[in-house]
Amino acid sequence: MIEVLRAGVLTTVQDLGRSGFQHHGVPVSGAMDPLSLRTANLLVGNPEHAAALEFTLVGPSLAFDADALIALCGGDFGARLGDTPVPMARPVAVAAGSVLEFANCRLGCRGYLAVAGGIGVEPVLGSRSTYLRAGFGGFEGRALKRGDRLAADMPDAGVFPGLHERLSATAASFVSPHWAASLHPERMARSPQVIRFVSARHWESLDTDARARFLGTEYRLGADSDRMGYRLEGGALEQASDATVLSAGVAFGTIQLPPDGNPIVLMADRQTTGGYPRLGEVASVDLPLLGQLKPGYSLRFEKVALAEAQKLWLVQEHSIAQLHEAILAHIRE
Amino acid sequence: MVDLESLHLSFSPLGDRALLVELASEPGPETSASVRAIADRVRTMALPGVSDIVPAFCSVALHYDPAVLGEADSERTPYDALVLRLQESLFDADALPQEDGRLHEIPVAYGGRFGEDLDELAATLEMGADTLIELHCATTYSVYMLGFAPGFPYLGPLDHRLIVPRRDSPRTQVPAGSVAVANAYTAVYPLNLPGGWHLLGRTPLTLFDPNRDPPALLSAGDRVRFVPIDAAEFARLENGART
Repeated sequence: MIEVLRAGVLTTVQDLGRSGFQHHGVPVSGAMDPLSLRTANLLVGNPEHAAALEFTLVGPSLAFDADALIALCGGDFGARLGDTPVPMARPVAVAAGSVLEFANCRLGCRGYLAVAGGIGVEPVLGSRSTYLRAGFGGFEGRALKRGDRLAADMPDAGVFPGLHERLSATAASFVSPHWAASLHPERMARSPQVIRFVSARHWESLDTDARARFLGTEYRLGADSDRMGYRLEGGALEQASDATVLSAGVAFGTIQLPPDGNPIVLMADRQTTGGYPRLGEVASVDLPLLGQLKPGYSLRFEKVALAEAQKLWLVQEHSIAQLHEAILAHIRE
Repeated sequence: MVDLESLHLSFSPLGDRALLVELASEPGPETSASVRAIADRVRTMALPGVSDIVPAFCSVALHYDPAVLGEADSERTPYDALVLRLQESLFDADALPQEDGRLHEIPVAYGGRFGEDLDELAATLEMGADTLIELHCATTYSVYMLGFAPGFPYLGPLDHRLIVPRRDSPRTQVPAGSVAVANAYTAVYPLNLPGGWHLLGRTPLTLFDPNRDPPALLSAGDRVRFVPIDAAEFARLENGART
């Protein structure tokens, strides 16, 4: 079991989301930075879509009552086991009785903790992701709080057996290998963050000035941004058309233009449909960077062709497959 | 029976992992039947890589995995590959027989503590509360789409005499089961939610339950008729639903 000693600001169980139920009006939810969740899972021998913890801005403190195999990816929260900093982006064997502590986020916005075997909560509608607004999924449909106890399966003895041997032979609270997945965390530090997008129909109805303004504006992420949507501040766009738009399906990364002209980007807990004009959608490869943006930080948009965005995605999937193979090559060591 | 070939469909990207199939028509029961026919057809095609088929007023969104539909070194994008598949198969003459949406009768206790806005709205519309209830129950509605919240149905067409804008100030909490109207639609709140619609009454039925399969009582393209019940019947049905 993992006991929550301190919950942090917003710590939830997430996986890759609740697909297949959007026609029932059920939001997808899932990790805000799916790439980090996938990588953390692969590093502990899980399927990439297993349930993990997502924590936000201020991390939790977690007590392990049994040995566990974990991996940390995404935002850097200065994780420590006892007095020792815990390395990120690699498997870490943690000794029973250890307390894993996180501080404030110093790079990015959201951290991911995967545990070998996954976080043990029952799936709801095929997913273990927490959907806070309707209060279902994850751990009792809510954010974690002090005193919660999470079931974590005992690590599979066949996954990094060498680490377990080293752990039992040492008095240290953890052991980890010298290698790490290369994830380029420094990309999270770019300011303004550059977010690529594929334009949608409403983009075509904007005049040249409005388009130039959208592309030239350094938007700031509003304080009332959350897992559902990001509110962007820094310059309202005038509506090129006041035609009402009929609600239609939206996606992770849809950039809406509500009547006040301040763009909203729909994130993991977005509704399934939306009725505001769509300027476009964030390129899926850039969603992890957007998920790691802190309120108050800035971004600007760069337009890419659909073919380019899809190619970037396929290239990313290819590198994840390669990373998976590389991990599998080490996993029996 | 909807003749898919007679519809003017257009395809457009909804980002790099989804696309929209849109109909060039106004929302309404006929459009809704066409939307349902398209969604059903795509569902029976069971296209690899397509995870969600999301009908709305005049469109169907398809969410897909580009890695299943394309290769990085291919000339054809995953989007083009999917559109091609849809164009090849959507109009197959051997389209499966289409079902009309299921007809649901939804019992509603109108007014009083069940529908706080009934009397005020009747006054605004210059009609008696009884007439308002009668008009609301006279139409067999189509479910245009589910959206806004899990299991939240947009129903129409609403009798033109009942069309009103939303309330000036939305409520922070509307109780689950509330039957309401706003603009050209009527709806049932599936969960306790904030909302700005005018509350006419409440149904004891559970419209959304994440532990039920399917979780939502209504599907896009289904039809709905509201049946007035009294407080005693509401209590009886509510207790029945619990046991």
